[in-house]
Amino acid sequence: MKVVFQKTSGLQDKETHYCPGCTHGIIHRLVGETLEELDVLEDTIGVASVGCSVLSYEYFNCDMTQAAHGRAPAVATGVKRVLPKNRIVFTYQGDGDLASIGMGEIIHAAARGEHITVIFVNNATYGMTGGQMAPTTLVGQKTSTTPKGRDESVQGAPIRVSEMLATLDSVHYIERVSTHDVANIIKAKKAIKKAFSYQKEGAGFTFVEVLSTCPTNWGLDPEESLKYVKDKMVAYYPLGVLKDRGGDN
Amino acid sequence: MPKVLMKGNEVIAEAAIHAGCKNFFGYPITPQSELVAYMANRLPEIDGLFLQAESEVAAINMVYGAASAGVRVMTSSSSPGFSLKQEGVSYLAGAELPAVIVNIGRGGPGLGNIQPAQSDYFQVTKGGGHGDYYTPVLAPSTLQEIVELTKLAFDLADEYRTPVVLLGDGMLGQMMEPVEFTEEDMKVLPEKKWATTGTRGDGAPKVISSLELNDVNLENHNHTLQSKYEVIKQREVRFDTYRADDAEYMVVAYGTVSRIAKSAIDEARENGIKIGMIRPITLWPFPEKPFEEYRDKVKAFLSVEMSAGQMVEDVRLAVNGKAPVEFFGRTGGVIPNHSEVLEAIKSLAGGGQ
Ligand SMILES: Cc1ncc(C[n+]2csc(CCOP(=O)(O)OP(=O)(O)O)c2C)c(N)n1
Ligand code: SF4
Repeated sequence: MKVVFQKTSGLQDKETHYCPGCTHGIIHRLVGETLEELDVLEDTIGVASVGCSVLSYEYFNCDMTQAAHGRAPAVATGVKRVLPKNRIVFTYQGDGDLASIGMGEIIHAAARGEHITVIFVNNATYGMTGGQMAPTTLVGQKTSTTPKGRDESVQGAPIRVSEMLATLDSVHYIERVSTHDVANIIKAKKAIKKAFSYQKEGAGFTFVEVLSTCPTNWGLDPEESLKYVKDKMVAYYPLGVLKDRGGDN
Repeated sequence: MPKVLMKGNEVIAEAAIHAGCKNFFGYPITPQSELVAYMANRLPEIDGLFLQAESEVAAINMVYGAASAGVRVMTSSSSPGFSLKQEGVSYLAGAELPAVIVNIGRGGPGLGNIQPAQSDYFQVTKGGGHGDYYTPVLAPSTLQEIVELTKLAFDLADEYRTPVVLLGDGMLGQMMEPVEFTEEDMKVLPEKKWATTGTRGDGAPKVISSLELNDVNLENHNHTLQSKYEVIKQREVRFDTYRADDAEYMVVAYGTVSRIAKSAIDEARENGIKIGMIRPITLWPFPEKPFEEYRDKVKAFLSVEMSAGQMVEDVRLAVNGKAPVEFFGRTGGVIPNHSEVLEAIKSLAGGGQ
């Protein structure tokens, strides 16, 4: 019998704790498949952040270290810089973690051109703590700390992190992708693979922003959530490559 | 090796390099900036890693990353920056990662000033960050002692898988003294099999984490940490005594101020006051033994500090009501001069003979 689908060896054989319809799981798979396909699992050290993906160290099938809230880029800097150059180091961070408490760490890791790959999961909310406003929460979006919806005159406009980081000279590659349908998931995989491939080749800072769902805290069912990403999030966070310095480093 | 004249901050840096530490993450703050600058010069010469972080918060988390990859690593700061590192120190303690953190203390609270102070004693000896943990704290009083204790700090960190604090103050950091770097043999320590360096054929992935969602498991983890702290208390206490054998009164002082106390003690002895000194070298674990030995023999203790009175609380606990414990201190970066310490000794001894 021909095997048409097999679970990636990039993930451990475990049931995840993610809610039904949450796309964290898909993003895990894309990262796991990439590490497997690039044959770097044994050379990879992942840095888990604080958020719903805090337990990602139990899922990725490689060495993992767990960072304090927002500090994953600094931890990854420490790991990457002291190990031999062939090691692959990545962080996996939510938008509260990366764009709020950890904004300083991500900007400076990017500015230094750290040779790490950052997987930035933007679900426009703080999932783990119960759906509070994140820096990426859309204007009008209701959260437990913006019960009437985010009001630009009070909370300001959401931050487009990828665009902001793309202004930094030492950044090698930034792309924003989405998980709201199969075609986009395939594109997301390509972007993630490109980012890790660049790192494997010794290129600098690579960053993939992945638009993701949080049905539980959005108060939508899984299907409505995908539609929300497609209609609302993509409108504010346009998909595509924001920076790519190419393969010649 | 011949003696060289160096600044305290530079001695710490060079001693760390002699101890095999080739990785440093720092952020500028007076009065420890020479340490950072020294590392920036020296580490590239020996293929080491120097990186200026964007903040103390980032620096300590870079330390966390480097420590989880199994290398000897250090960061340094002064009081306000040391406060910022506390989150990271708590994570290091929880995840059982070895690292050395230097605090060259200055006057506080808040921004305070850049003059020498010992007012971070509470913070360094009682955990400092959140959760049930301690860090060993080493407090040198001379630059030569810095050489020994910096090496010890790395050995303790690796042996017990714990962050270790080397505590000085602006005076020790800035003063110059001749020092000798002895080429000691490196202590043989267990291999860091737990380090996350990539699995590379050695089986299941390794995880460094301080997270434990299950309460009973976390309690067990805390018990493990506490047992480790007990072992450290049994084995790693260090202190020195000065003219203590026949003493009727006892000064307790550490670091910079113990040097001032020494000359005050000599002068008090000339005035006929039989006084000696206990000088804690490890502030945590606090040396209780010498207090057990002397508390029934001496008439009173005097804790002399560059703070509003912090170590005196541990002195009282160690003396345990067996003798009066008095305090003399200057704070806010004021360095007590030896004549005011002498006055404090005289008043302790009932106005002097
Ligand atoms: C210093 C600190 N502050 C706050 C928290 C509480 N906290 C845990 S997760 C989280 C937000 C996570 O949101 P995000 O990064 O968007 O990830 P998601 O859960 O949505 O995947 C917060 C605020 C913490 N653990 N540590
Ligand atoms: S709370 Fe939201 S982000 Fe977290 S697992 Fe559930 S759906 Fe996913």
